[in-house]
Parts: sequence; structure tokens; C-alpha cells
Amino acid sequence: MKGGGVEIKGLWVELEEFRLCDVNLDIAAGEYFVVLGPTGAGKTVLLETIAGLHRPFRGRILLAGEDITHAPPERRGIGFVYQDYALFPHLSVAENIAFGLRLRGMGRGEIEGRVAAIGRLLGIEHLLHRMPGTLSGGEAQRVALARALVIEPRLLLLDEPLSALDPETREALQRELGRVHRELGTTTIHVTHDFEEAVALGDRIAVLREDRLDEGLREGRIIQVGRPEEIFRRPANEFVARFVGVRNIFRGEAHPAEDGYKLVTVNGLEIAAVTELEGSVHVSIRPEDILLSREPLLSSARNAFRGRIVGISDRGTIVYVTVRIPFGRSLRQAQGKLLDFVCMITRRSLEEMELRGGMRVHIAFKASAVHVF
Amino acid sequence: MSTLFANKMRISFVVLGLLLILFIAWPLLRTVTASSPARLWQTLLDEEVRRSIGLTFYASLLATAIAFVCGVPLAYLLARVDFPGKRLVEGLVDIPIVVPHSAAGIALLMVFGRRTLLGQAFGLFGLRFVSALPGIVIAMLFVSLSFLVNAAREGFEAVDPRLEKVARTLGASPWWAFWRVSFPLAWRSILSGMILMWARGISEFGAVVILAYHPMIAPVLLYERFESFGLSYARPIATLLILTCLATFTALRLIAGRKRR
Repeated sequence: MKGGGVEIKGLWVELEEFRLCDVNLDIAAGEYFVVLGPTGAGKTVLLETIAGLHRPFRGRILLAGEDITHAPPERRGIGFVYQDYALFPHLSVAENIAFGLRLRGMGRGEIEGRVAAIGRLLGIEHLLHRMPGTLSGGEAQRVALARALVIEPRLLLLDEPLSALDPETREALQRELGRVHRELGTTTIHVTHDFEEAVALGDRIAVLREDRLDEGLREGRIIQVGRPEEIFRRPANEFVARFVGVRNIFRGEAHPAEDGYKLVTVNGLEIAAVTELEGSVHVSIRPEDILLSREPLLSSARNAFRGRIVGISDRGTIVYVTVRIPFGRSLRQAQGKLLDFVCMITRRSLEEMELRGGMRVHIAFKASAVHVF
Repeated sequence: MSTLFANKMRISFVVLGLLLILFIAWPLLRTVTASSPARLWQTLLDEEVRRSIGLTFYASLLATAIAFVCGVPLAYLLARVDFPGKRLVEGLVDIPIVVPHSAAGIALLMVFGRRTLLGQAFGLFGLRFVSALPGIVIAMLFVSLSFLVNAAREGFEAVDPRLEKVARTLGASPWWAFWRVSFPLAWRSILSGMILMWARGISEFGAVVILAYHPMIAPVLLYERFESFGLSYARPIATLLILTCLATFTALRLIAGRKRR
């Protein structure tokens, strides 16, 4: 395991137009930690402070037990990847990657060996002679990642690394980040505004809120830290709930089924989906995509389940109904492995169907409504 | 070409612009073609002329070198850091452009003159400004440093500060990050600023003539020949100066341009 744990104690950063208030984080060695928050400068400031590029006003930062609060960035052994890559445009890809190695006084042969090795790990060997200006976004971000990883950092900081990419490249690189982290085990702090990205990658998530104060001053603080499920099942307050939204997100195993569908097994429940992915995945179904009825539904929807209403949350014209599955005979077989789906219906439907808590209902949703990531 | 004359507005703009271009090109062309090659050759053989041209180029090069050493760091600070009084510093850098150059010469004389504190202090090291090469150099430096500092500042401003930040995280000291990242990326702007400054120094007359009439730089020599012997004696020198400058800067531009790839 490379990398060390990070302890951030009572950290305050004061910049001209932004301040970061009382950040306390305890990140384990080898953990993939995601800082989630709306688009704004706050998350970058946090990462840059950890990297030593801003001097904190108060507080301490410990890396692998060592107090690095006042160490210059070049002595911290921290890899940094920016959203728009920040590759040195006057150096080739190989020279970019070798930049940090050269500073460590490494011999030419060893540098070449390491550059080639990291190039293989990230699938960019064929790009080594190219100039950064000729690379696509996904390629450039892989190079930036290689450049940060090749110095074997104790901590890897990723500042919205996927946000500048098109959806397909983003998905591929997101999986790549997970794979590289599993292979190298580098302690990672990844900053993003994308909740699904956070869920897919993060062992734990910290939610950062930014408040606009008077005179254009903005203030950021961490308001919840927890495992992904905790964040969206038990949001600490209204802000987190609103930011995360009401979602059905589950972790499962995807495997091929007939007709080109994939079946994702979640707690023993099989959900049909359309995706390229296999193996360990996350699925999400939007509450408004789930049909709810008292009678079995005859529809084209591939996914139909029976359950019981365990919660009704009234939000005015719309109502969120929580349905627990499985219900009935299969309940005993499930051995307490329950799955709660949140469905969104109108207040009027609720009244027409006369839904009440504890009532048996049927839910259905299309395979195409299941987002796998 | 079709886009140049695309509509009536474009055509009228072309005519107006052309007037200005002719205004520059015509006198230059007249001067260059007025002297016979034989006459030019004769002028070139005049040792005083050659020495003055050499002195002009050399003095301006020295001024550019001094501005490079102190001006590039200043430009970097102006591009990267917000500090109190920054606007004032920026204004000061631009002042030499707007001050009449003879007035700049007087101002320099007040500080570097023989009987001034600084003049005497430098005198202890055998450095004299009035009527000497150092005087020519500081006069040129004063009137032309704005060009280098401003060009270099624009160059640094165009470099993403995050490149330096990344370099720092990869293990680079601030010095290393500057030399390996910011400086090479701003080099094109710095170089073109240096060329511009050198050229401006070579063409300086007003400030130099007040600090150091002797040794004579080419523009002063030209002025003296004109005053003492008249147009026909001054003209070949003017031709020679224009040709030398044109040749030098065309060559420099070509070399600098080729690096752009």
C-alpha cells in the first residue's frame, strides 16, 4: 500500500473572496475519499491548501502522521491533477511525465523505465512522443494522471478530473480511476460536483457547502461525511438532501442475460438494465420513472416487483412513496435483505389510489430507465 | 484578396489604411533610393560612420541586457502578484513612453550628472555617465525599457499559473518552476519585447544627445552632419542607418518567427 492517511484538523483558509471554515477530515491510508459540492471555487481551494499552494490561516494538516502544514509543496510528495489537465505545453508527453522524476535526480534509464511502466498502466504508451496540444481530453487527462502517479505520491489529489470530458470518455476514465486505485492503493482525495461519480468511486464522501455572504465573500464548510449510502439515505440536512436529490441507488453485480439485456443482482433482486458494464456496478432509477399501482401491471416494463408501502412523504403537489421489496412469501427467503424504492407520484394519484402505509403495491420500471454506472 | 475588398466599407478602410502605409513607406523609399550605391559605399568607408553605427547597436544591446536582468523579474511580479501600489508601478513603467525624451535626458542628468551624489559614487568606480558609453546606455534604457517589461508581462500573463502549481507539487522549487515552466512559455513574448526594445534604443536621439553628445551614436552623427554640412551629407548616413536597421530586424524577426514552428 502506497500513500498515507490524511488528518485535517480545524483548517481555516482565508482568501480574498473565499474562505474555508473549520475543515476536519480523517482519511485512512489507501482510502478513496470524495469531496462533493456544487460547482465553485471552494473544493479547489481545499485541495490546493492540502497541496501547500495556499497557506492556511489556522489548523493543521498531517500526512502519514507527519505535520506538513508549513512544508513547501515540493516537499510534500503529493500528486495533483487539475480539471483541464494543466500539461506543460512546451514538453512532450514523455517529458511531462518525467518532469517530477528528473527533479528527483533519477538516471535516464530509470526515468525511461518508469515512464514506460506508468504509460502501460494508463494505456498511453503510444502517446509518449506526442505534444500535449495534439491530445484529446481523455488522453490529456490520462497523461496528467500518469505525471502525478509516476512520482509515487503519498497522496493523490484530483480536482474535478472528469468534468471537462464528454460523457463517454468520462465514463471510461471513471472506471480507469477505480482500477488504478485498486492496483496502486494510493490514498486519493477526489473533488467533484457529480453525485454519481462520487458514489461510484468514493469509499467515503464529504459534502462541502458554499454560502454566499455579503460583499461577494463566499464561505465553504464541510457539512456531512459518510459512506455514499449514508449520504443519500440519511442526508444531514436540507442542503444535502436537496443537492443529492431523492434517488434510488443500489450497488450490485451485472451479468449478461438474453436479448442483449444485463441483469443486475441487488440483494438477491434481479433488475434488468441496458448497459455495456459488467461486474460490480451501481444502478440508479429516478423516482419519477417508477410506476406504482395496486394491481399487477401489464406493461412493457421489464422490471416489475411486489412490495409494501413503508413510507409516504408529502411534498405538496408531488408525493414520494417508499416501497419495500420483496414482500410476502419471498420475504422469508430474502432473510432481511430488503430493498427500498422511492417512487414519485402526484398527490392526485395518491388520493385516487387511496394509498396508505403498509398497503401491498406493485411497482414497475423499464430496463432503459435503469442507469448503470 | 477577395475578403479585403468584400464590400464598400472594406474598400474605404483599405484606402484609408493605405494612406498611412504610404506615409511610412514613401519617405523611407525616397531616402533609400536617393543615394547612389557608390555614394553609400563611400559613406560606409567613413570610419566615423561605422564606429557610430557599431556604438549605437552595442549600447542598445547593453541597455536591453540590463532591462532583461531586472525587467523580466519585474514583469513576472506584475503578471502574478497583486500588491499595494501595483498600479503605481505599472504607471511608472509606462511613463518613459509619454515623457518627451529630451526631458528624460535632463532628468537623468539631474541624477547621474558629474556633480550629483550618484554620479560621484559611480565615479569612485571609474564609471562616468556624461559624455561616455554608460550615459548612452542609461539614456537608451530609460526610454525603451517599457517595451520589454510590458511584452514580458503579457507573456507571463498568458501562462496558466496552475502549470507552476503542478510543477511545485511534482517537486520543483519556485526557481525551478520559473526556469522550466513559466520562462520558456513566456520566452517568445520576452524575445519580441527584447527586439522591440533594442530597436527603440537604437533609434533614440533626444535623451542620448543631452547625456552624451560624444561619443557619437549614429542618430547624433547624422544630426551633426545635417547641421554642419547640409542634407546631401546627411542623406547617405540616413540611408545606411535605415538599411542596417531594416536588415537587422527583418533577420531577427525571421529567426524568432521560425522558432514558432
